[in-house]
Amino acid sequence: MEILIFSILAVVAVVCSLLVIVSRNPVGSALSLIATMVSIAIFFVMLNAPFLATIQIIVYAGAIMVLFLFVIMLLNLRKDEFDPEKRRVQRFFAILFAFILLIGIATVIDMGISSSKSVESSSGAIAPAGVESLAQLLFTKYLFPFELASVLLLVAIVGAIVMAKRRL
Amino acid sequence: MNYVYLIPLFPLIGFLINGIFALTRKASTEEKIDGKTLVSWIGCGSIGLSFLTSVVLFFELLALPAGERVVQKIAFPWILSGSFHIDIGFLFDPLSSVMILVVTGVGFFIHLYSTGYMSEDKGYARYFSYLNLFTFFMLILVLSNNFLLLYLGWEGVGLCSYLLIGFWYEKKTASDAGKKAFIVNRVGDFGFALGVMLIFWTFGSLNFTQVFEQAPQVLAWGGGLVTAITLLLFMGATGKSAQIPLYVWLPDAMEGPTPVSALIHAATMVTAGVYMVARCHALFLLAPISMGVVAVIGALTAIYAASIGLVQNDIKRVLAYSTISQLGYMFLACGVGAFTAGIFHLMTHAFFKALLFLSAGSVMHALAGELNMQKMGALKKYIPITFWCFLAGTLAISGIPLFSGFFSKDEILWKAFSNPQGHFLLWLLGVITAGLTAFYMFRLFFMTFLGKSRMDPRVEAHVHESPKKMTIPLMVLAVLSVIGGYVGVPHSLGGSNRFERFLSSVFEEGHATTEAVTHAPSTEYLLMAISIVVVLGAIFVAHKFYVQNLEIPKRLAEKYKFAYRALFNKYYIDELYAKIFVNPLLNLALFLWKKIDVVVIDGTANGIASLVKGISGVIRKTETGYLRNYALSLIFGAVLILAYFIFR
Amino acid sequence: MVPASAYLILSAVIFTIGVLGVLVRRNILVMFMSIELMLNAVNLAFVALSRQLSNLDGQVVVFLVMTVAAAEAAVGLAIIICLFRNKKSVNVDDFNLMKW
Repeated sequence: MEILIFSILAVVAVVCSLLVIVSRNPVGSALSLIATMVSIAIFFVMLNAPFLATIQIIVYAGAIMVLFLFVIMLLNLRKDEFDPEKRRVQRFFAILFAFILLIGIATVIDMGISSSKSVESSSGAIAPAGVESLAQLLFTKYLFPFELASVLLLVAIVGAIVMAKRRL
Repeated sequence: MNYVYLIPLFPLIGFLINGIFALTRKASTEEKIDGKTLVSWIGCGSIGLSFLTSVVLFFELLALPAGERVVQKIAFPWILSGSFHIDIGFLFDPLSSVMILVVTGVGFFIHLYSTGYMSEDKGYARYFSYLNLFTFFMLILVLSNNFLLLYLGWEGVGLCSYLLIGFWYEKKTASDAGKKAFIVNRVGDFGFALGVMLIFWTFGSLNFTQVFEQAPQVLAWGGGLVTAITLLLFMGATGKSAQIPLYVWLPDAMEGPTPVSALIHAATMVTAGVYMVARCHALFLLAPISMGVVAVIGALTAIYAASIGLVQNDIKRVLAYSTISQLGYMFLACGVGAFTAGIFHLMTHAFFKALLFLSAGSVMHALAGELNMQKMGALKKYIPITFWCFLAGTLAISGIPLFSGFFSKDEILWKAFSNPQGHFLLWLLGVITAGLTAFYMFRLFFMTFLGKSRMDPRVEAHVHESPKKMTIPLMVLAVLSVIGGYVGVPHSLGGSNRFERFLSSVFEEGHATTEAVTHAPSTEYLLMAISIVVVLGAIFVAHKFYVQNLEIPKRLAEKYKFAYRALFNKYYIDELYAKIFVNPLLNLALFLWKKIDVVVIDGTANGIASLVKGISGVIRKTETGYLRNYALSLIFGAVLILAYFIFR
Repeated sequence: MVPASAYLILSAVIFTIGVLGVLVRRNILVMFMSIELMLNAVNLAFVALSRQLSNLDGQVVVFLVMTVAAAEAAVGLAIIICLFRNKKSVNVDDFNLMKW
C-alpha cells in the first residue's frame, strides 16, 4: 500500500521537476515547482514528519513560490524569447556532468546501504514527530542556530528592501 | 702624565663644535653676531690647549731619569674579543713627545694663519672642523700604543686629507685630486693592513711594547717573515708619505687651500710614514733587506722629485715636489739606521716647509690667487715681511750652514756615508739632490721676488702685504727655521747633540749599531765641505739663470727639448699609471655595469616578471564572466569530491 | 515500508534535475527555481535519513534549511529585480561584465 503511494508520488515529483526545467514560460515552471513541493510535503507526511510537511506547504509553496510569481509578474515576463543557444559545449558538458553526478550519488547511496546495519529494525517504533519533540530539540541543542536563523531573516528583510527600492 | 688623553681630546671637541656650526649656521662674512670669531677661537684654541698640554707633559717627561722615559696610559679598553685585546692607550716617550710638539706647535700657527687666509671663504666653519678633526687623528696616530689605534689614526688622517684637498669640491680638479689622494693612499693602506695582520698572526698581540720586546726572539734576523712584515708596513708608508711608487697624489693635492698644504702635506700627515718606520725600528733592524729597500727608495725618490721640481712653474707644485724629495731624505736616514737623524730632519722640515707654504700662500694672497711664477717677480718691495720669511725658509731648506736644515740634512748625509748599512752611492745621491734642491728653491725665490716684474699690471696695482694674522705665524716659523737646528748640533762641530741624546733612549738599538764603526772626524768635515760647496754652486747658477739673464734657461730648454719636456711632464708617470691601472679598472667597471648588471641581473628580474605575466595571461581566460560556466565548474568539483569518496 | 534508499535515490534524481536546470536554462528565474528544487531534494534526503536513524536532528536541520531558503529567495529575487532594472533582460548570459 505504502509502496504504491510512494511510486505514484515519485513519478509525479520527477515529472513535475522535469516540467520545471523544460517549460518555456516561467509561470509554467513556477506552477510545476509548486506541484513538486506539494508532493514532497506528502512524502514528509509518509516519513513521520507532519510538522515539516505543514511548514513546507505554508512557507515554501505558500510564501516563496508566491513571491516568485509576484516577481515574474512584476517583470512582465512572457515566453522566453532568447537567441538560440550558442554554447553547445557548455550544454554538452552540463548534461554529461549531471549524469555523472547522478551515478556518483547513486553509488554512494549504494555504498552507504551495503555498509550500514539492517534498515528494517527501527521502522515502526517512531511516533509521528510532533511539534513538541521538534521544539524540544530546537530550543536546547540547536538554540544557537535557531537564533542565528532569526538574525538571518532580519538581514534578509533589510537586504531585500534595500536592493529592490527604486531610489536609495 | 695622567692628562695624556687631553691632547687628542681638545681637537676632537673643537671638531664637534665647529662641525655643528658648519652644519647649522652659515658663517657669512657680514654677520653681526660673528660666528666666525667663535669658530676661530675654538679652532685655534683647541690646538693651543693641546700644545700647552704637550709642553707640560714634555717637561714632566724630562724630569724622569733617562732610561725610564716611557709612559703608557690606557684610557679605556676598546676591543675585548677572546684573546684579541685592544685598548685606547697612549704611549708617551721621547719620540711621541717630539711628534706631538711638532704637530700641535706648527699646527697652532697654521690654524692662526688660516683665520686670515680663509676669512673670505664660505665654508669657514667646515674648514676649521676638518682641520681639528685632522689634528685629532694625527695625535691619535702618534700617541697610540698599539698598531690598530695607529691604523685608525692613519686612516683618519687620510680621510681628512681627502676632505681638505677637495675642500672646494665644486671645482672638478679639486674633487678629482681628493679622490686620487684617497685612492692611492688606500693602495698603500692595503699593504699596511696586511702588515698589521701579519704582526698579529706572528705575535698574538698588537701592543707596541709587547711586539717590540718579543721581536728579537720571535723573528729570525733577516728571515722571510720579518722582511715581509716590514715591507708591507713600508708599503703603507710609501702611500702616506709619498714615495715611489705612490707619490702621485701629492702634487695634485695642491688643489686644496694653502694652509692645508702646509699642515698636512708638509709638516704632519706625510711624516706619519717616517714616524711609523721609526716607531717600528725594532722590526726594521731585524730585516736588512727591508732597510736597504727603504734607503734606496728614499734616495731615489729624493733625486727623482728634485729633478721634476727643477722646471715646474706653479709655485705650489715646486714646493710639493720638494716635500717628496725631503721625505726621501727622511726615509734614507731610517733606511741606514739613523732614525734619530730622520726624526730630526722631520722636525726641521716641518718648520721650514710650513713656512715656505704659508709664505707662498701670502704671495698668492698678495697677487689675488696667482700661482704661476712666470707671472711674478720683483715682489721684494711690495711684500717685505713675506720676502724675508721666505728667504729664511729657502736658506734653511738648501742646507746653508747655521740654519736648521743644514744640521739635519748634513747629519743624514754623514750617516748615509758612515753607517754600516750606509753606502757611498747613497751619500752621492743625497749630495746631488741637495744641490738640485738648492737650485730649484732659489730659482723659485728669484723668480718670485727678484728680477724684473712680469706681473699682470692689474694685479700689480693691488699687491699688498698680508694681514698680521698671517704674517705673525710666518715670522715665528722663520725664527724656528733658523734656530731650530741648534738642538742637534753634532759632536764634530762642538755641539752636544742634545736631540740625539734625548731620543737615544728610544732608539737604543740604532745607537748601538752606529757606534760600531767610527770614522775620523776629518772625513766628516770633508763631506760637510763638499755638500756646502755643491749647494753654493747651485745657488750661484740659479742666480745667473733667473736674475741676471733669463734667456739662458729658455735656451737650455730649447736645446734639450726632450729632457725638458720629460721633466716638465713629470716623466709622464701619471699617464702611465692611467694606462696601466686606471683605464683597465674603469673598463672593467663599465663592462660589469653594461653587461652584467643591465643584461644579466636586470634581465633576470625582468624576465621573471614577464614569465609571470605570460602565465597569468593564460590562466585568466577561465574568468569568462558567464554564470553558467562557474556553475559548471562547481558541479565538476562536486563530481571530483564524490569520485574521491567512492574510490577511497 | 519503503526503504530509505528509495527516498534517497528519488532525492538524487530530483537533485540532478535541479542541477541540469541551473546549467542549461538561461532565464534567471528558472535557474533560481532549479536551485529551490535542489534544496527541496536535499530536504527530502534529510528527512528520510532522519527516519532511518531514528534521530530528530535531521528534521531540525530541514527546518533551518527552509528558513535559509526563504531568506535567500527574498534577497535573490530583490537582486534579480535590480538586475532587470539595469539591463532590461533576464538572460543570464547578458550579465558578463566580470569577464577578464
